[in-house]
Amino acid sequence: MIAKGTIGGRTGQWEMVVGLEIHAQVISKAKLFSGAATEFGAEPNTQVSPVDAAFPGMLPVINRHCVEQAVKTGLGLDAEINLHSVFERKNYFYPDLPAGYQISQYQQPVVGRGRVSLDMPDGTVREIGITRLHLEQDAGKSLHDQHPSLTYVDLNRAGVALMEIVSEPDLRSAEEAGIYLRKLRSILRYLGTCDGNMEEGSLRCDCNVSVRRPGEPLGTRCEIKNLNSVRYVMQAIEYEARRQIELIEEGGRVEQQTRLFDAARGITRPMRSKEEAHDYRYFPDPDLVPLVLETDWVKRLRAELPELPDAKKARFVSEYGHSADDADVLVAEKETALYFERVAQGRDAKIAANWVMGELFGALNRLGIGIEQSPVSAEQLGALIDLIADGTISGRLAKDVFAEMVASGADPAAIVEAKGLRQVTDSSAIEAAIDAVLTAQAEKVAEYRAGRDKLYGFFVGQIMRATRGKANPTLVNQLLKKKLAG
Amino acid sequence: MSDPSLLALNLAEARDGLTRKMFSARELAAAYNDAVAEVNPLNAYITPTPERALGMADAADQRLARGETLPLDGIPVAVKDLFCTKDILTTAGSHILDGFHPPYESTVTDKLWQAGAVMLGKANLDEFAMGSSSATSWYGPVENPWRRPGDNRPLVPGGSSGGSAAAVAARAALAAIGTDTGGSIRQPASFCGIVGLKPTYGRCSRWGVVAFASSLDHPGPMGRTVLDVAIMLGVMAGHDDRDSTSAPVPVPDFAAALSGDIRRLRVGIPKEYRVDGMPSEIEALWQQGVEWLRAAGAEPVEISLPMTKHALAAYYIIAPAEASSNLARYDGVRFGLRVEGDSLDEMYELTRAAGFGAEVRRRVLIGTYVLSAGYYDAYYLKAQRVRTLIARDFAEAFERVDCILTPTAPSAAFIIGENTDDPIAMYLNDVFTVPANLAGVPAISVPAGLSADGLPLGLQITGRAFDEETVLRVAQILENAACFRHLPSFVVGGGG
Repeated sequence: MIAKGTIGGRTGQWEMVVGLEIHAQVISKAKLFSGAATEFGAEPNTQVSPVDAAFPGMLPVINRHCVEQAVKTGLGLDAEINLHSVFERKNYFYPDLPAGYQISQYQQPVVGRGRVSLDMPDGTVREIGITRLHLEQDAGKSLHDQHPSLTYVDLNRAGVALMEIVSEPDLRSAEEAGIYLRKLRSILRYLGTCDGNMEEGSLRCDCNVSVRRPGEPLGTRCEIKNLNSVRYVMQAIEYEARRQIELIEEGGRVEQQTRLFDAARGITRPMRSKEEAHDYRYFPDPDLVPLVLETDWVKRLRAELPELPDAKKARFVSEYGHSADDADVLVAEKETALYFERVAQGRDAKIAANWVMGELFGALNRLGIGIEQSPVSAEQLGALIDLIADGTISGRLAKDVFAEMVASGADPAAIVEAKGLRQVTDSSAIEAAIDAVLTAQAEKVAEYRAGRDKLYGFFVGQIMRATRGKANPTLVNQLLKKKLAG
Repeated sequence: MSDPSLLALNLAEARDGLTRKMFSARELAAAYNDAVAEVNPLNAYITPTPERALGMADAADQRLARGETLPLDGIPVAVKDLFCTKDILTTAGSHILDGFHPPYESTVTDKLWQAGAVMLGKANLDEFAMGSSSATSWYGPVENPWRRPGDNRPLVPGGSSGGSAAAVAARAALAAIGTDTGGSIRQPASFCGIVGLKPTYGRCSRWGVVAFASSLDHPGPMGRTVLDVAIMLGVMAGHDDRDSTSAPVPVPDFAAALSGDIRRLRVGIPKEYRVDGMPSEIEALWQQGVEWLRAAGAEPVEISLPMTKHALAAYYIIAPAEASSNLARYDGVRFGLRVEGDSLDEMYELTRAAGFGAEVRRRVLIGTYVLSAGYYDAYYLKAQRVRTLIARDFAEAFERVDCILTPTAPSAAFIIGENTDDPIAMYLNDVFTVPANLAGVPAISVPAGLSADGLPLGLQITGRAFDEETVLRVAQILENAACFRHLPSFVVGGGG
C-alpha cells in the first residue's frame, strides 16, 4: 500500500519534508526603526531617512506599532509571546543593505512556538507547528536592469518591518505547503498585520525541502529562496523533491544548498552552497536595548484580537447551517466573510450565500477584481434579495437586475423602476396577456388539448415574452392552467 | 593677534564677563578665531569655522543685549570631529568620509548651539576615535602644546579626543566636547593638563555621533576647570528619544553640586590599580590625592576591583567587535570616498583599503575575527561575561564607597611616534580608564601635578551611575588642592 503523502520513486516510496520561512511585511505607516514612509510604488529613494541610509551617527528607534503587529500575529498563531526579546545584527555586505548589517532577531525572538490548523480537502485537519516569529528589517532593492554596467539601488524598502514566520518541518507535500501558505495569509489578513500581497512582495516565501524514506531520519535540505506566489511555492517544492529523489536514486548525495526557482523553466538551480555561505557574525545590537513587553499589554492585545478564520468557519457552520465547504469559501478572505455577513443580516443565509458565491463571485471573476472593489455593495445585494422575497421581481429577472447593478453600480430598486421591471401581479392584466397568446396560437392550443402536454412550456414562454418577463410566474401558471382547461 | 587677557579666562569667568558686558561675544569669538589660526602648528583643528563662530557670536550679543542670556551664550567651543554638524565637513579623522557634509546636527552639538555656544571648528582626533595618541588621523597627528623642558620633540596630546584637549590647553578653545570609548576624553585631558569628564552611559545622547563602539561611546565635556565641565555637562546632558540607549533621567544642576564639602565621604582606593611598570611618580601623585581628600574630610577606604585586570582584554574584544560592524557602512556606495573597481567586491575592497588607516583596519579585522562562527563564544561572549563581572565589581564597591580615586593614565604624554609599532603598549594607556567605559559609570580626570620631566598628570575620580554630582564635587576638591596653574610651552597669547 502507498502511504499517504509519499511520492513514488524508481526504487520505492519517498516522503518529502518541507518547512516554510515566510517574510511578511508588517502593515505600518513607518519603518521598523525610522519614521520614513512605507507606501508601495513610490519614486525610488523618496522614502528614505538618514537612519535607513545608515548615515554616520544615525540610530535606530523601535516602532512600537510594528511590535504590536508582531505580537498580534503571534497571538493569532496561538504562539508563546516572549516578554523579553533581543535585536541582533546580521552582518554582510551588499549595496542594498546600507549599514552592512540587518537588524533582526536571532537567539531571542519576540514570538516562540505556535501552530496553524489546516483543513485538508479530504476533510481531515493537519496541525502545522510554528517554530518562531521574529521582527527584522527589509533590505533595499538592487536594480540591475537600468544600465548596462551599473547597479542602481532603491532604498525605499530598506528598513521596512518584516515578520519572519518559520514553520516546523511538518509539511509533507506541495499541496500542504500551498494550503499552509494560504491559511497563514488569511490569518495575517484577518489580523490586519500583513496585506499578504505576494505580487507586491509583501509576502515572500523560502522553502526548506528534503526527502527521506518513510520513517527514516531527516535528509539533507535545500533552501529555495524568495518565492512570490503560492503556485511557484508548490511548483518549486514538487520539482525540488523530485530532483533530490532522482539524485539519491542515481547514487548521488543531496548537498545543503541555497537554490533559486526559475519560474520560466519550472526548475530550481543552485545559488550558493554551504561552503560559500555567509558568516553573519550575529551579535546583539548595542544601539538597541532588549525589547521588554508587559503582560497586561499582551493581555489587552489578546482581548482585542478579531475572530479568526477557524472560529469564523465554526460559527458559520453552526449559526448559518453552511456546509464545511461553503464555510471555507466564505471565511477564506476576511472581506468575503464580512460581505457575506452584511448580506445575510436579517435575511435567509442560504440565499445570501448562494448569491455571494454564485452571481457575485462570477461577476468579480469576470472583472478580475477582489470583493473589496465590488461594484455592488453588500447592502445593495441585500436589497436585491429583498425585492425577490417581497415579490417585486422574479428570481429570473433579479439576475438581469444584478447584471445591471454590476455594470452601473445603481441600486436595484432604481433599476427596477427605471426599466419598469416591477412584477405584474394584476391578474386581469395577466389574463389579458394569456388570452392574447392563446388566441394567436389557436392551432397549438388545439394540439395541447389533444394531448401534446409539452406545449405548456411554450405558452408560458410566449406569455412571459409578451409581459417582458414581468408577469408573476405563479399567477401565470394558475391562470394559464385554468384557461387551457377551460 | 589674539587678545591674551580674553583667552586667559575660563568658561565661568568669560560667561560672567559677557553678562556684565565687559566684552562682547563677537570680541571673544574673534579672539578665539585668531587663536584657532595661531594654534595651527599643533594641528588641533581639522576644520575651523570662523565665520560660523562670528555669526553665532552676533546672535549671542543680540540676546545678551536683550538680557535673554542662555547658559552658554557666547562661549566659544571646539567640537571633536566625530560629532555630525549640519552642512559642515565631518570626517571622524578618516579619509573614508571625504567630503561628507551631514544633513543633520548631532543632539549634543545642537544642545550646545541652543544654549548659545559658539562653534570654533571641528577638532582633530584619532581616526574613528581609535587610538590613544591622536596620531592616527588622516589629517595628520595632533601635537600636545606641552613639551618636556629642554626637549623640543613633539609629544602626543593623548587620544582620541586629542585635538579637543590640545585646543583647550593651548587656549584655542574655551571648552570642548569629546567622546570617550576607552579613555578618549580622560587620557588626553590628563596628558594636556585639563579637566575631562566621561559621564554615565546614557547621560549624553549618541545621536549624530559617528559610532566607534556603540555600547562604550560616551560624549562628554572637556574644559579648564571642574566648574567649566559641570556647566558644559548641564547643557549636553538629557534624555533623547532618538537614542534608545539614552537614559530617561532628570538632569541635575551639576554646578550647584560643587559644594566643596566632602566630609565623611568614603573614597575607594582600589588595590588592583597598582599595575606593574607604573612610574613611581604616578604612584606618589595618587598617594598625594588620597592625602588631599583625607585633608578635606573624606575617608579613604581600600577596596578591591578584582576583575580590573581583565578589563583591557575584554575591552579590546568588545570595542573592535562593535566597530567592525559599525564601520561596515563605509562602503563607498552612498557617501564619502569611493574607489571604483571592476566589480562590486573590488570597489568595496579598494574603497575600504584606501579609506581606512592601519589602526582602523586592525580593529575591523580583530572585531570580525572575534565575532566569527566558532570564535564568538570564546571571545565576544566571554568578554561580555567579563564586562558583567566588572560592572558587578563597581556595584559592590559602591556599596562601600561613594567614589573611587585612581590615576588617569599609567604615564605622562609620550613622544609622537612612540608606541606606534607596538599596539599592545599603546593599548596599555587605557588600563585605568577602560573599566569605567565597560561599567558605564562616570569618571573624570583632573590635572593634579607634573611628572619629573615637567608634563601634566591627572587623577581620576569614578562614581556611581548617574552620580556625576559626587564625581564633580570630589574632583573640585582635588583641583583646589592641586592648585594646578602650570601652562604648556605652547599657549596662544603666550600665557599672559
